Amino acid sequence: MSRVLIVHRAGPALTLQDAGRPGWITYGLSKGGAMDRLSLAEGAALLGQRETLALEMGGMGGLFEAAQDTRIALSGAPMRAKIDGAPVLWHAAHLLPKGAKLDIGPATSGAYGYLHVGGGFDGPEVLGARSAHLTGGLGAAIEAGARLPIGPDRGGETGRKLAVADRFSGGTLRVVESLQTALFPPEQVARFGSEGFTRDGRANRMGVKLNPDGDGYGALGGLSVVSEVISPGDIQMTGDGAPFVLMAECQTTGGYPRLATVIPADLPRIAQAPAGARLAFRFVTIDEALTAEAAYRKHIKDLPRSVQPIVRHPADVPDLLSYKLVSGFSSGDHHDH
Amino acid sequence: MPLDDAVSPLIRTVGLDGMLVSFGDRLSEPANRAAIAFRAALDAQGWEGIEESSSSLVSCYVRFDPLVLAHAVLHARLEELIAAQDWLEAELPHGRMLHRIPTVYGGTSGPQLAEAAAAAGLSEAEALESLSSARVRVTALGFAPGQPYLGELPECWDIPRQQALTPRVPKGALVVAIRQLVLFGVSAPTGWRHVGQTGAELFREGAERPFLLAPGDEVVFPAVSAEALRGMANGGVSSEVLS
Repeated sequence: MSRVLIVHRAGPALTLQDAGRPGWITYGLSKGGAMDRLSLAEGAALLGQRETLALEMGGMGGLFEAAQDTRIALSGAPMRAKIDGAPVLWHAAHLLPKGAKLDIGPATSGAYGYLHVGGGFDGPEVLGARSAHLTGGLGAAIEAGARLPIGPDRGGETGRKLAVADRFSGGTLRVVESLQTALFPPEQVARFGSEGFTRDGRANRMGVKLNPDGDGYGALGGLSVVSEVISPGDIQMTGDGAPFVLMAECQTTGGYPRLATVIPADLPRIAQAPAGARLAFRFVTIDEALTAEAAYRKHIKDLPRSVQPIVRHPADVPDLLSYKLVSGFSSGDHHDH
Repeated sequence: MPLDDAVSPLIRTVGLDGMLVSFGDRLSEPANRAAIAFRAALDAQGWEGIEESSSSLVSCYVRFDPLVLAHAVLHARLEELIAAQDWLEAELPHGRMLHRIPTVYGGTSGPQLAEAAAAAGLSEAEALESLSSARVRVTALGFAPGQPYLGELPECWDIPRQQALTPRVPKGALVVAIRQLVLFGVSAPTGWRHVGQTGAELFREGAERPFLLAPGDEVVFPAVSAEALRGMANGGVSSEVLS
């Protein structure tokens, strides 16, 4: 029997995501993929597997049931999660026994939570990836009633956790000057790097709108610049002068001028900033950005070594099920109720 | 800071991992040709650390791993490649395609043909003749996967976009403005005038060449009747390699 996760209830922004499909910009398709790439790596580390297809949950999770014993990991924006009514840790891997219900509620901070399964979710590969790119017309949102196929799990530990630094409540984002920075008056560029912003309620996988504390922004040439390539992290100034940070499903070219670009290492932080979060930008040099990039890649590479067993005090253990989560788990059909 | 032709082509960074070589600050045939030709030359170099390239209206973009290929090194190599020839005089690369995409003009299939013709100072019959015989180049793809911008039409087609958006044109719609055509890959709102309808599938999942069109390809939109188009498989599109 094929392995599946049954979706009984689905939040409004559930899609399957991987690292995206690079290489198609010239054809008008942006890379897409998980909004928070670090979450993908964390889920993979928790399950001791390579990055695979995970369920991205914008703002809210859903109610899920495993059709077989399934290893799961929870990463990204912390959400209220319970297995058969018992709260479970976020940033952690657990066993979801066959028939058990995993209830994932709203995010308590951050914007995108991720549900990973041992073996990864499976799905048809299109242009080298399996992720949904709704703007590009690839794939679809996951709705109640879906049965999500799961790939073969070669097994591994559950009952493991990761200490994760807070990137779920805004903060300072490092930016580099970009191709159109010089189109903006120098005083606007300086103000951009010093004033505060609030994340607007409007945000999706294409981009995140921010409201500046002060006046709006605008390029000297107005809106008449020729369309040029867009890179995720680009900060575009639209007609109303509010910055819009372009994200995973951005268009590939655009005519709105862009003031700066968020460095890749800080994209998880802007992706995870919830509505109302306070944000600021700090210009860094290319050299500083490269140092940050090297540190970011090292952090991702070291994640598997940072995974710790969940240490339980007997008083914290609500039932025997949780004890089972500590024990090793070797195969998908191992089932010892 | 507008690009000065005297300092063009211009190299600029795009975020941490991209560089852009621009051959103008507004769309022109030579700038677009230069971008397409430069990209083909860049791809042929096979530099380690290059992850992706693309061409758009007037620029060639290159995405690279800055920890493998240093900014300064790439910048110097791009300068060298720029200096190798006058790119505004460059020939388009080989291997491009010519596509014939049958189109139903006017009537319910192109409800704004008459309006667009009037804006261009043509009769409806003249407009149909002009559009159906024009051979245009894919200058860039964008907005939706595989969706082309095509140019350049004769000067009379330098007509503005509409003030108000058309709420929705169907997939396959051919629309016109500012001496360019756009062929819609999805149903979408537009400020361009809807003059014709095709059955072209711009993105075909699972096909060997999933995108029908690439930058630099050439396209003609011959006129057919609605009945004839209905009888054609795959929208009647035919493609051949340009020699």
